[in-house]
This record gives sequence, C-alpha cells and structure tokens, in this order.
Amino acid sequence: MAEKFDLNDREVWDGNYAASQALRQAQIDVVAAYPITPSTPIVENYGAYVANGYVDGEYVMVESEHAAMSGCVGASAAGGRVATATSSQGFALMVEVLYQASGMRLPIVLNVVNRALASPLNVRGDHGDMYLGRDSGWIQIDAFNAQEAYDLVLCAFKIGEDHSVRLPVMVHQDGFITSHTAQNIYPLTDEAAYNFIGDFQPVDDLLDFSRPVTYGAQTEEDWHFEHKAKQHKALMDSRPVIDEVFAEFEKLSGRKYNRVETYMMEDADVVIVGLGSTVETAIVAAEELREEGVKAGVVGIRVFRPFPFDQVREALKGAKAIAVLDRSSPGGAMGAFFNEVSAALYSTDTRPLVTNYIYGLGGRDFSIDEAKRIFKEQQANADAGHITTDIQQFSGLRGPHLGYFQTQRG
Amino acid sequence: MQDLHLCAAEKRGIHQLGGDERVGWDEVTQGIILTSFEGDASEIVHQKAEQRHYSDFNSYTASVASWRVEKPVFNIDVCIDCQNCWVWCPDTSIISRDKQMLGIDYDHCKGCGVCVEVCPTNPKSLLMFNEQSGLDEALAAWPEKKKKEEK
Repeated sequence: MAEKFDLNDREVWDGNYAASQALRQAQIDVVAAYPITPSTPIVENYGAYVANGYVDGEYVMVESEHAAMSGCVGASAAGGRVATATSSQGFALMVEVLYQASGMRLPIVLNVVNRALASPLNVRGDHGDMYLGRDSGWIQIDAFNAQEAYDLVLCAFKIGEDHSVRLPVMVHQDGFITSHTAQNIYPLTDEAAYNFIGDFQPVDDLLDFSRPVTYGAQTEEDWHFEHKAKQHKALMDSRPVIDEVFAEFEKLSGRKYNRVETYMMEDADVVIVGLGSTVETAIVAAEELREEGVKAGVVGIRVFRPFPFDQVREALKGAKAIAVLDRSSPGGAMGAFFNEVSAALYSTDTRPLVTNYIYGLGGRDFSIDEAKRIFKEQQANADAGHITTDIQQFSGLRGPHLGYFQTQRG
Repeated sequence: MQDLHLCAAEKRGIHQLGGDERVGWDEVTQGIILTSFEGDASEIVHQKAEQRHYSDFNSYTASVASWRVEKPVFNIDVCIDCQNCWVWCPDTSIISRDKQMLGIDYDHCKGCGVCVEVCPTNPKSLLMFNEQSGLDEALAAWPEKKKKEEK
C-alpha cells in the first residue's frame, strides 16, 4: 500500500500541482510520460510521488510524446488505469496515437496544458492544441482555474472508465495562466477521492489469458464506417454520464459543474462565449459592466467534446449579440469555435447576432479592459440590430485593424 | 503423403467478421476488440490448431488463398525434417507435428516462396509451382538430385 500523503483542508497549489495530486489520488497503474512545457510539472510531481512511495503504479519514461501515448495505449489495453500529460508540440506528436486510443475505446486520462503550436515557437498558452484534438474522438473537458483542474481530473477517470462510455478523456487547462498560478485549492481526502473514482474495472483486457482478444484490428471499407458510427454514438451517449458524474461530485464536494457554464445569463443581452481562463476574465468584466447598466453575460463551454449543441442553444437563445472568442489561429476560416456556436444558434427562432474574435494567441494577455471593449461592441450591435463591425476581428493585435467579412446590412 | 485434413477446418474461409450476414453498426464489437477463441482459452496453448475453438473473428478462420499466384508444393520423400521452412514461414503456414513436416496450410499461405528459399535439401523438398497445377503433376515434375559443380 502506498504511503499516506498529508493534505490540509486548504492547499496553495498551481494548476499543474493540482492535476498531479488528482493523479496521485487516482492511484494510477501506469503513467508513461515525456515532459513538455508547460505541462512538465504534472509528470515531474507525479514522478516524485512514485519515487517517494506515495503511488504503487509504474512510471514509464519514454523517448517522445508519440511513445508516451503509445505506452499509455498498451498499458490501458492490458487492463490498467493510465494517464499522462502534454502540451502543444507534444500533443501534436501524440495526435496519431490519440485516434488509436479512442478507436480502441481505452479510458486514458490526458492532462492537456494548452499552449500555442509552432511556428513561431512559443511556450505560452493558447488553444491551438485543444482544437487540434477536437475530432480525435476523445471527451474534452475544460478547466477554467486550478481548483477545476483538480476536480475535473478526478471526474475524468470516473467518466471515461464508466462501462457505458469507455472513452479517453482530456482535461484542459490554460498554459501558465492556470498551470503556473498558485491559488487556494480545497482538495478531497485521499479516501474520498479514491472512493469517488472507484477501482478500475477493465473490459476485454489483453492480460486476461483465458480470453485472448485482438486490439487494433484492420477493417477497411467493410467495417470502418460502422465502427466510427458506434464510436460517435458512444461520445454522444456520454453526455448523461458526464452530468451524473458532475452531480455525484457536487454531492461530495459542494462544487457544481455543468457541460455549459452560464454566468448572469438570466437577462443578458450581450454575451461573451469562451473557453479556459478567459471565462473568468469575462465574468469580472461583465460584473463591472452590469454596474454601468450593460446587461452582460458569459457562457463558458466546460465540455468541448461531445459538443453541448443543445445546451449552447438553450443558454444563448435570449441573447441579442454574442461574441465567440477563439484563442486559436483561424487558419483561413472563421474560428472553429465560432462555427460550432453559430451552428447551434442557426436553428433557433431568435437567431442572435454572432461575431468572432481571434484573441490571445501565443499567450497574449486577455485583459478585463479588452473583454469590456468586446461587450461594448456587442452592445452597439444589439442596439443597431445588425452587426456593425467585421464579423471576424483580431483583438489585441498590434498594428492596423485586421478583420474580415461585413454583413450586407452593415 | 501430405496430411491435408489438418488445414481444412470446417468453417475456415467462410466466415468473415460477423459471419455471412453483415451486422449493422449497432452490433459491431465495441472498439473492434475481437475475441480469438470461443469460450475459455486458458488451456489453448496446449492444444494443436485443429483442436482449438477459433472464433469467427480469429484470422485463422479467414482465407487469404486468393492472394497467391504461385504455391509451394511439399515433397515428403526428400524432406529431412530440419524445420527450417517452419521457422522461416512468415504466416505459420507450414504444418509440423512432433518435428515432422506434414504439409502446407493453403488457406493462409500467400506464396512468398521463403520456405523454398531456405530449404537445404538436394533436390529441394519444397518448390514453387503455378497455382493451378495439381499435386500429382507437381510431384511428377520433381527434379533429380544435382551434383555439385566442380570448382
């Protein structure tokens, strides 16, 4: 049995330390890790827990992130509880194997500390890597702060390992902003956390010699389509399971999570829709604008995959003007997040005005002032009844204004 | 002669994934994780291939004979049971029992010719023949022992 780790009721942890503590409490069988900034401390701390006897499992050092995820796939198929962490380029190197993991329905937990993708090389946070994983068949959960990074890693094991789900889960947090900023964290006791997650119950594990199975079979046109349909259904059907796990976690900790988080949305006219720590910045801006009489609201997407299409539509149906914030290079299109939120709104009767802001790339600060300016632009749109600016704008960019596409009415 | 019944499992080659009637997306196994054997397989390692209860999902039940252009033919009269071909066959298509060569599994042999290449006898006890040629025809055409060339 592992050594006891003494925890206080309240700890001062950054996002990385919080995530590594959640991994320790999950008592993982195998962590295969290759360090990459800014997620390095997660596996570094975890390595220290292993070395000091706080964890019974194996810690596998590999020669690349591709090998790290491959090791995770092998260990998970063998019947172990498995997790690792990555960011940016390392995530990109893992992508090939991410599809293997989800296709084989292996409940691996991956901590993604979001960071910009090169080039130019950059270690700071944006959501380029999060978007890179969006079609990989993983459940993607987004933590807006360090406490949530801790809570949601615990939830991730319970969601992914549920026998009706059996899918790998990514838990995202913002590079440096969340991962390296220390905050007050209220951890669960080791017993409470482990009992919440429960013992790992593998299905079709390779080490069951009485029932040998083949993983990663070739299918071609005969079966690939059917298999992908089943995998998609598993992702879609994970939605009620996620809700149940969040409800159970609320009973345990008092902290309530939703697939779509809404703030001051009861009567909001103008709304910012965002991901990650930006949501918290936008909340502060909205609160300040409320005092000036602006009916501002914020919607944060907690579960990015499966995309909460119906909940986004429901949350935003009363709004007049909406800014969807993409912290990722749009790559010759409207922001991917904008497209998804817009698609959810297109089939509503009210069909609010939606604009796309590209912001904060490569760790460029997203300030309360900038959020306020975006709210005010949305107020102008709402007052005019049509979009008064470019539909896509780069916010916080040095140099002349960069934006694309105006409405015909504008 | 060759003990060909060893490689003629009844269901072999008929059943592909899921059998004759193709199943729908809701019936495919989760994660395309395929079971190799029917029932408990704890003792499978001690059983010979023909005794095992292969599942429809085991590649053993699928035939790849149609990939072949040329086939190896085995001549038991020349064979010295050295097991070289059994060791080298990339598809475990050489059938050997108790270190005795018995024949070739023509459901899984893809006709690569490696067995012929590694056969050390003179003449070779395995030779490649056209896929359509019969066993008797091939054995009748077997070459004589060749003398080593003088150096």
